[in-house]
Formats: sequence, structure tokens, C-alpha cells
Amino acid sequence: MRSKHSIILIAAAIFLTLFAFGCKKEAPPPPPPPPPPPPEAPAPTVSITAEPSSIERGKAARLTWSSTNAASAEMNQGIGAVATSGNREVFPTRSTEYTITVKNADGKSASASATVTVRAPPPPPPPPPPKPDLSEAFSDANIKDALFDYDKSDLRPDAQNVLRANSTAIKALLGDYPEAAFLLEGHCDERGTTEYNLALGDRRATAAMEFLVNLGIPASKLSKVSLGEERPVCTDEDESCYQRNRRAHLRLR
Amino acid sequence: MRDHWMRAVALVAAIACPLAAQQEPDAVIVLSDEQRDPRIALPEIRGPISSANAVDRFNDEVWKALEASGRLDIVPRSFYPRSAPRRPEDIQVDAKKMPKDLGARGLWLAGWAEAPVVARYLVYGQIEDVDGRLALQGYVADVSQESVEASYIFGKRYYSEANAAGARGMAFDFARDILKNLGLGEGLAGSRIYYVHRDDGDDRKEIWVMDYDGRNKQRITNYRSLCLTPAISPDGRRIAFTTFVEGVPEIYVHSLETGRRLQFYNQDASLNTTPSFAPDNSAIYFASSASGRSQIYRADPDGGNLRRISYSRSLDVHPTVNPKTGAQIAFVSGASGMPQVYLMDSEGANRRRISGGGGDAVQPAWDPSGERLAFAWTRGYELGNYNIFLVDVASRRYTQLTHSRGRNDHPSFSPSGTHIVFASDRMGTTQIWSMRADGTQLRQLTSAGLNESPVWATR
Repeated sequence: MRSKHSIILIAAAIFLTLFAFGCKKEAPPPPPPPPPPPPEAPAPTVSITAEPSSIERGKAARLTWSSTNAASAEMNQGIGAVATSGNREVFPTRSTEYTITVKNADGKSASASATVTVRAPPPPPPPPPPKPDLSEAFSDANIKDALFDYDKSDLRPDAQNVLRANSTAIKALLGDYPEAAFLLEGHCDERGTTEYNLALGDRRATAAMEFLVNLGIPASKLSKVSLGEERPVCTDEDESCYQRNRRAHLRLR
Repeated sequence: MRDHWMRAVALVAAIACPLAAQQEPDAVIVLSDEQRDPRIALPEIRGPISSANAVDRFNDEVWKALEASGRLDIVPRSFYPRSAPRRPEDIQVDAKKMPKDLGARGLWLAGWAEAPVVARYLVYGQIEDVDGRLALQGYVADVSQESVEASYIFGKRYYSEANAAGARGMAFDFARDILKNLGLGEGLAGSRIYYVHRDDGDDRKEIWVMDYDGRNKQRITNYRSLCLTPAISPDGRRIAFTTFVEGVPEIYVHSLETGRRLQFYNQDASLNTTPSFAPDNSAIYFASSASGRSQIYRADPDGGNLRRISYSRSLDVHPTVNPKTGAQIAFVSGASGMPQVYLMDSEGANRRRISGGGGDAVQPAWDPSGERLAFAWTRGYELGNYNIFLVDVASRRYTQLTHSRGRNDHPSFSPSGTHIVFASDRMGTTQIWSMRADGTQLRQLTSAGLNESPVWATR
């Protein structure tokens, strides 16, 4: 019971106290003397630094600022209100002057700026030149046809030279394009017959293929087909045309 | 006229180009035309008015089929009497009753045997409408005989649909029976020619087939690829050919009855080509580069039981088996330089050259008797300018059948042995032609696109 009494007493005391203050505030003041001019708020000051003051594009700089007598602070560059003292990271993409403006209670302001200089990043290591398409590389490789005598499948000296040059080009291509594979086509001129020319074209493709394998082209990278007289490169009836058709032709598989 | 002219050219060329001057003691023989073909009278066979078009077609096709056989001399109709018997009972034999008016002697055997017709045989009969179909009762009489009984050679009843296609088929059957009963072989009617066709401006080649006279052209394959070197099994049920469908040349076999592809195992090689059926349909011979160069192999019809037949250091290709004996293989080999036609036993023994050397001699094709080979040869001409030659295998005597400056190649005998089909560019583009096996009676069978590699099949 006793404790109940004391709670009531304490509550009453608090109430009276509050009431007394309240009455005091609420009480109509006596006619005021002309108020003394309120003391002027001291002028604000602010300083800001950027560390580092010079960055590579994409890197951060830290702005640090402090102020005195400031009630509020605002940063430009779209940053907006900030603490009156503080720091933050910025990621400018080009050289930027950050200005902080502080105000004291009276609205007096002060500003300070710090500039972050943005340097272009060092040129990236030159990207590997774009790799041309394999078929483009192949057509640039200057592969030539090995030519044959009529009804023959043995490799003439000129055909051997062509195949040597071709094998160099193929090796280079295989270095760049390990997935590349090649097809050797054996062709004949139209003066033979369908049947014999299928056999002869096959033999020409085989002769060229064996030669390339001997020069170090992996056999797994080569296959062959005879097209007989079915796919001439020209159809004139003269020896220069016939000669162009009697060929071992290399293409991408 | 052209036939005679061609024959004259053949003779002159044969005399002017004595092949005997070459290293082999070859002689050129020109088939004799002394023995005349029997004369036959072929009056129009009448039929129901309601099927006049089909009946006309029937008469037309019988005429053409007998003419194309090259075995009969058909007397022109302008020499015929005005009427002909329709049944054996119509035939009169009493010479005393025979009218003086030549045009009124149609019912007398002598009316056909004597001038102006001078026939040995008379074809007659009639076509009736039986339940909307056509029924032919056809006869052949030997009008050199005195009595109806003696003159009777054969009579047979045929039925067909009452339309042009039915009439054509019935005409083929009748013509074939006429030839057979006269001992003149089976003729050409009903036989068909398979060949390789390419449209202008296209680069695919497909296998096509047409009737013996170039009609009814139909495409057989549709691989949109290269289909080459067709061969037909002797029973007419299967076709084998080379195709590039899967990249490298391979042999495909199709059923001609269902059109479906049949299994044929291609051995692992960059080239499997030039298939050819054994005469009993029990094996396929072909060329394969499995050993590194084209050689001759034999396999079961499905490609199993593979066996290498030729062992040479040259290219051996294009085998074709003697259709009579099955024991000899003709093929092409580069063993002596330029390709030549060789023979060997079906197991590869007894290799010997059959063509005489000089130029390219390729594409051997047996005649049905197995005694002669037709082949294409450039001898006497520039490279690529082949002509069709015939060689008698036993005597090794040659006959030159074509004499054209262009290219004449890929001969194939008709099943009757009387004709040869081949490809020729004599008119500019490569087309298919037929001729009698003596080089006469040239006929152009195709004209659109490029057509080559013909093979003549029984059906």
C-alpha cells in the first residue's frame, strides 16, 4: 500500500513541475523591452580535399571535408546534402571540380572546392587483332591446284612445287586454326569417260594427299574425293582449259 | 535414206582406215546387209468406234514396235488390198475365185503374197469392246502357204484398258509375240532405257528411265546430287548406281519395284563405283579404291562377302560380267598406258587385253549372246572423240559402228541384241541415240538437257 502512495506522490510532483514550467512559458510576457539584437551566428568555414587529387578513369578518389559553424552542407555534381563534415568516394569519369557549400544557422554560406583530375587509363594492351574467319584465311593462303598430264596421276615437278607451297600454307593455317581440315579433290578433263575419270580423279587426289602427308601434314587433317570430269573449272575445248581441269584441288572440309 | 548413207560412210571409212596397219592384226568387218529382212503386211486392225482413239494408238504402236525391231520390212499400206481378214475363217484359198481387182483380194493369202504387196507375213485380227475394256484377237499368217492351216503361225487374245496407255501396252505385247513367233527375237517394245539426265543450268544429275522409243520419260532418283553409272539387274528388279549423296562416290542400290533404297554395304574407301550385276543376280561387281587405287571387287547383292578380284598396279574400273556365261569380266584398265578394254575370269585370272591399243578404249558392254562387246574407242580420232566399236571376243575382229567427229560413247545392247543405245553429241549437246547393232537406223531419243550413260533393260 505504501508503495502505491509514493508512486502517486512522485507522479504528482512531476505533474506540478511540468505545470509550473508550462505556466511560466505560457504566461503572457510583460511588454518586452526591445530585444537586444540577437548575437550574430559566427560565419561558417569549410575546407575540402580530394585524395588522390588525380585518378585514372574508373578509379575512386576520396573527398574529405570539414567545416565550422555550419548548420548544413551541400555538394554539387548531383551529390546533394551531405554531413557538415565527412568523406565519400567519388568515381568521376572526367576531371571534376567538387564544390561543397555550407551554411550556418543564419544562412551565411561558405564554399570550398577540390578538383579530381581524371587521367585516361593507360591504353589497354592492344587487343589481339580480330582473327579472320577460317575460310577467309584459307582464301588468303593462296592455295593452288596441282596440275596433271592427260591420263596421268604422277606429280610433275610443277605440281610438286605447288604442293610444297600449299603444305607451308596449310601448316600455317593449322597453327592458327587447329580445327581446320582439308579436302583434296581429284578432277579430270572432259575427254575421258565418266567411269575411268572417277578412278583417275581418285588416284590424283591420292597422289597429292600422299605428297602432302610426306611433307608433314597430318593425314587426319586430309581427306579426298574424286569428282571425275563432273566439275570442270572451264568448259572451253582447248588444251589450256583441259589442263586447268586436270587438277588436284584443295579446299576446306 | 540416212541409214543407207550412214552405211556407205561406214564402209568407206572402214576401207580408208585400215586398222590392220596398227600393231595388232586387227581387221574391220562390216556386217553384211545381204540377208533381207522378211516383208510383213500390217493392215490396220479394226475396233469399236467408241474407242477409236485407243484403236488408232494400238495400230500406230504395233507398227512402230515392229519397225523399231529392225528385223522386219513392213510393206507400206498404200500397196495393200482394201480389206483384210479379221479371223482365220475369213481367209479364202480358192485361187479360182480370187478377183482380178488387186484391191479386192484382201481375203486371199495370195492377195498379200503376190504383187504389189509381196509380203511373207500378214498380221490381222480384230479388237472388240468387252465390258468397257478392249479385247484383241490377233493373228499372224505365213501368206506363202496354200492352206489356212499351213499359213497359221499364231493367234492370241489380249486385253487392255480402253485408253491410249492401255492400247500402247497391248501393242507392245502383241508386237513382242509377233517377233518371237517369227523367230526374230524379242524386239524392243516393252524394254526400257535408263540413263543419266541433267537439266540445263543445273549441276545435279539424276537417273531417269524412258521407253525404248524415247517416250514416257520418268525420273528414278531424286538425290539432288550426282547420280552416275546406272546398272540394271538382269531380272529388271534393281538398279545400282554411283552417287555423291554422302560426299564421296558410293554405290546405292534401289528396288525398281518399290523405288526404295536397298541395303548395300560400301567398303571404307574414297571411291566405290561402276556397279554391275552378275547374270544370275547373285553378285555385284564394282570398282573400289580401298587398296589405294581403283580395283575390281565382287560382293553379294547387299555388299557382303566382299572379295577383291583384280590385283594390278594400274587403275582397273568398270567391270561388266558376261551375261551368258557369268564367267568372264570385261573391264577397263590403264595397265598399258591409255585405258583399254580387258578381259579376265570371274576370279581375276587370265587377264588379257581385248581392245587393240591406240587411243582410249573404254566402256565395254556385252551383247546378250556374250560373244561380242561394244565399247567406245578414240582410235583414229582425237582424244575425247569416241566412236562405238564392236569386237568379237573369240576372233578379236573389230567393227566400227559410228563414224562421227563428235563423241559417241557408252554403248549398251538392247535385250534383243539387235540394237545399241549410246550417247552422242553429234547434234551439239550430249543426247541418247539408238541404232541397229550394225550401226544403221539411228534414232535420237532425247533432246532436252544433257543425257548420258544409257543402259538398256528388259523392262
